[in-house]
Amino acid sequence: MTEVKSPEVPAPPAAVPDELTPGHARWHGLRPYLPLLALVVAVILPYSTVNLPGVFEGPLNSPGTLQLLAICLVFGGLAAGYDLLFGRTGMLSFGHALFFAVGVYGTAILVTKVGLPLWQAALFTVVGGTILAALLGAVALRTVGIAFAMVTLAFAQVGAILVARNFGGLTGGEEGLTLDVSGLPSALVGVANTVNLYWLALAYLALVVFVVHRVSMSPTGRVLAGLRDDERRIGVLGLDPYRFKLVAFTLAGGLASAGGVVYSLLVGASPHVTSSELTLSLLVMVVLGGPGTRWGPVLGGILYMYLDHRLTAFGSSDAVNSLPAFLSHPLSQPLFVLGTVFILAVYFFPGGLASLRTRLHPLLTTLSRRP
Amino acid sequence: MNTVILLTLTGLGLAALYFLVASGLSLVFGLADVLNFAHGLFLGVGAYATWWAAGNLPGAGPDGFGFVLAVAFGVLAGTVVAVLVELVLIRPLYSRTIEQVLVTVGLSLAGVALLQATWGADARPFDRPAWTREVTSILGAKVSNALLLLIIAAVLVLGGLLAFLRFTRYGLVIRAGVENREMVTALGIDVRKAFTLVFAIGGAAAALAGALGGVYFGTVSPGQGGSLLIFAFIVVVIGGMGSVVGSAYAAVVVGLLQQFVNYYGTTGLGDLCVVGLLAVVLLLRPQGLAGKVATA
Amino acid sequence: MSVEPILSVENLSVRIAGLHILQGVSFDVAPTGVTVLLGRNGVGKTTTLRAIVGLTPRNGEVRGTIRMGAQSLLARPTHRLVRGGLGYVPEDRCVFAGLTVAENLRLAERRGTTPAYDKVFALFPELDRRGRQRAGSLSGGQQQMLAIGRVLLNDNRLLLVDEPTKGLAPKVVTEVAEVLERVAESVPVLLVEQNLAVVRRLAKDAVVLSAGRVAWTGNAQDLLLETALTKSLLGVGSGEVPASARSESGLRAPQSRAKDGAA
Ligand SMILES: Nc1ncnc2c1ncn2[C@@H]1O[C@H](COP(=O)(O)OP(=O)(O)O)[C@@H](O)[C@H]1O
Ligand SMILES: [Mg+2]
Repeated sequence: MTEVKSPEVPAPPAAVPDELTPGHARWHGLRPYLPLLALVVAVILPYSTVNLPGVFEGPLNSPGTLQLLAICLVFGGLAAGYDLLFGRTGMLSFGHALFFAVGVYGTAILVTKVGLPLWQAALFTVVGGTILAALLGAVALRTVGIAFAMVTLAFAQVGAILVARNFGGLTGGEEGLTLDVSGLPSALVGVANTVNLYWLALAYLALVVFVVHRVSMSPTGRVLAGLRDDERRIGVLGLDPYRFKLVAFTLAGGLASAGGVVYSLLVGASPHVTSSELTLSLLVMVVLGGPGTRWGPVLGGILYMYLDHRLTAFGSSDAVNSLPAFLSHPLSQPLFVLGTVFILAVYFFPGGLASLRTRLHPLLTTLSRRP
Repeated sequence: MNTVILLTLTGLGLAALYFLVASGLSLVFGLADVLNFAHGLFLGVGAYATWWAAGNLPGAGPDGFGFVLAVAFGVLAGTVVAVLVELVLIRPLYSRTIEQVLVTVGLSLAGVALLQATWGADARPFDRPAWTREVTSILGAKVSNALLLLIIAAVLVLGGLLAFLRFTRYGLVIRAGVENREMVTALGIDVRKAFTLVFAIGGAAAALAGALGGVYFGTVSPGQGGSLLIFAFIVVVIGGMGSVVGSAYAAVVVGLLQQFVNYYGTTGLGDLCVVGLLAVVLLLRPQGLAGKVATA
Repeated sequence: MSVEPILSVENLSVRIAGLHILQGVSFDVAPTGVTVLLGRNGVGKTTTLRAIVGLTPRNGEVRGTIRMGAQSLLARPTHRLVRGGLGYVPEDRCVFAGLTVAENLRLAERRGTTPAYDKVFALFPELDRRGRQRAGSLSGGQQQMLAIGRVLLNDNRLLLVDEPTKGLAPKVVTEVAEVLERVAESVPVLLVEQNLAVVRRLAKDAVVLSAGRVAWTGNAQDLLLETALTKSLLGVGSGEVPASARSESGLRAPQSRAKDGAA
């Protein structure tokens, strides 16, 4: 740069050090604390009575809004856990909803039918879900790629069948199960206590993000990333891909059943959680958000669930109903909208939401540099 | 004895449905490496198009030749949708397997939602020829004609497919492509034309399954394809991906197992046995009964 | 070279899964006779041939120019290149094991041209006799004959043949070499071959790859005379072909370990 002497020649923008653009420096200094900041905002959010018409139906601290937010948070965590398989290890599992369903139904059955206290029910459920994941993973991981996808899908179908057939009246079949509130701590019961469930969901999300982050930063995580990029190379290094994949599969399964416990408290058990559709939507969440990134799947999960709930309202809104039938009917189907958005995302937005920052980065720097 | 015959025939009927869905799925997967979640959509399109044609298409109707025409229309619709899906959505992602799966996943979600948006979520009664509602006595067992129709159709499709694969140039290309796609192109053959063809075949067979399944069940509903699809996937894995004959064997095994165990055990147990069978097959013979190795 | 080459490769660079396998390879193939492509195992000979016929894997990236006459080959789909007269006999034969011999041959037929069955069956009478046998049940030598026969059904402007004698018994190696010698009378061949006896018999020109680049080009017979040079480039003396040099597994393992260390 020293030979650029003449003042008419502007220095290339890239040569401007970060410290010289004040906005940039502050941003960089803050970035490590942003997740913490987001967490704090999320924690104190229920104390806000702000009304966001169009975004939520009631004020932020109303039980309806908190419930919706809590569901979104649970799915944010669930998607982040699923990303441990898909985005970070490259395993295309279509059976992840099974472990979530185990969490949901396990809690509901143990509390309602067996009468265990919640903490015991939760413990048994999560341990059971983890063991189940280890067992099924041990079989399914004998295959790879697409065959693995099919096999996990088949295993998940078992869950759906078991729930639907209502063996021994345990699952409530089509109707599902509502939790017997008498067995629950009073702080988690009743509309007025929705806020506690919200915090619980938030804690679950934070836990999953933390665990996934720690795992992916560990040596194991690097092996998993190696498996995703080129499995043969890991084999050449003398490491057994099967074991590492089984670890990831089991861990993700355990995290999913923990999410199921929270969801069970929030909504109760309905056969919808066993459907293959739910697994497929997990995939949609992760891909929309950005596979293999820390926040992408979380955002994807939150946004997907939010849209899934809100698009139903949007679909029956006057704006949509006034459209001609060939438009209004499909638009009133959240899955039509989400499925279409998903296809478009696969084509035009391979990195998902998480790639937005890098994509917008040039634009932002140009804007911030304007005097 | 009657029960056994009846169970065998209903099992075979179920197997026929599985086979019609699985054969196309298996060929598409074997040749093009595409795990097609949208395959259930082809079935739905076939069912709804037949149902619509029986009521609305001039010349078509719920009886006699009109019904043949309605089914033909349904099969045509399924074929067209399948070809469009391949050309517009799958082909641009050629050899990017995961993206292709993702697109078919999106399509299955959006497509079923679209059927639901157009014709409602509830099952619709299916206008069908009167004779399909009657029964035929076979060895003392009273068997629904719709069931026999389904079985006969599947056998014909199996025969036709095998003849096509064995005796035509395209059949030869498909068989070779299932084995080694790259080498087919290295002999100067545009293998992607064969991709479109297997999608068309798969779409047609699935649409036929939709139409005849509609006749058998008496109703059509948007989600019908989805639940069948999962068992069809199992059939494909058990039979060996890319093998039509394997699919046929596996479909029969799965269909009979399901019927017999569901009847003599409790309902639902048969379905579980099928998944158990899948696990056993995978442990003992990862490549399926016939076909290329699933673990490669 | 006084005559126009049939194929010229310029600055060919191939990356697969992040590994820079070919790093600017340039060479010409003469319009007649056999040009042999040599190099140690894993150096990228197969990768070169595959890049020429457009068969690079999806996670691969090809740069440079490949020309046949005035025509640029890169970025054209494989089936077009092959129909344009580029015959490819892959490593490990790659016959369709589940199809019969006759079906394997039929697959190579093209619309609008008459397949030269007479020529193929004259070279390989065995293929005629075994028409209904499954190709998977043929011996290695017979499979190699089938792989070559498949390509000879059509007219070619250039043949790419990858290690046709790999894993064959000595007697069969001679047979294959004889066939290639006759084939090369009418069509130029770019041959990858590890067996130096075969190289000596067939090759006119040689191109030697080493560490992703062309290390030596020139007259093949000259190369073979320089024992020390051959040894340093190929790891074997030109006098004999020790069995150890022909065993794939003995050489591949250290190769890939070195590669992973670098990556
Ligand atoms: N599909 C692939 N993925 C990763 N590495 C590959 C692939 N194909 C070839 N390679 C690597 O490229 C190098 C050259 O391989 P190749 O061209 O087969 O060598 P040669 O034919 O000279 O023995 C080897 O180190 C091999 O491991
Ligand atoms: Mg080679």
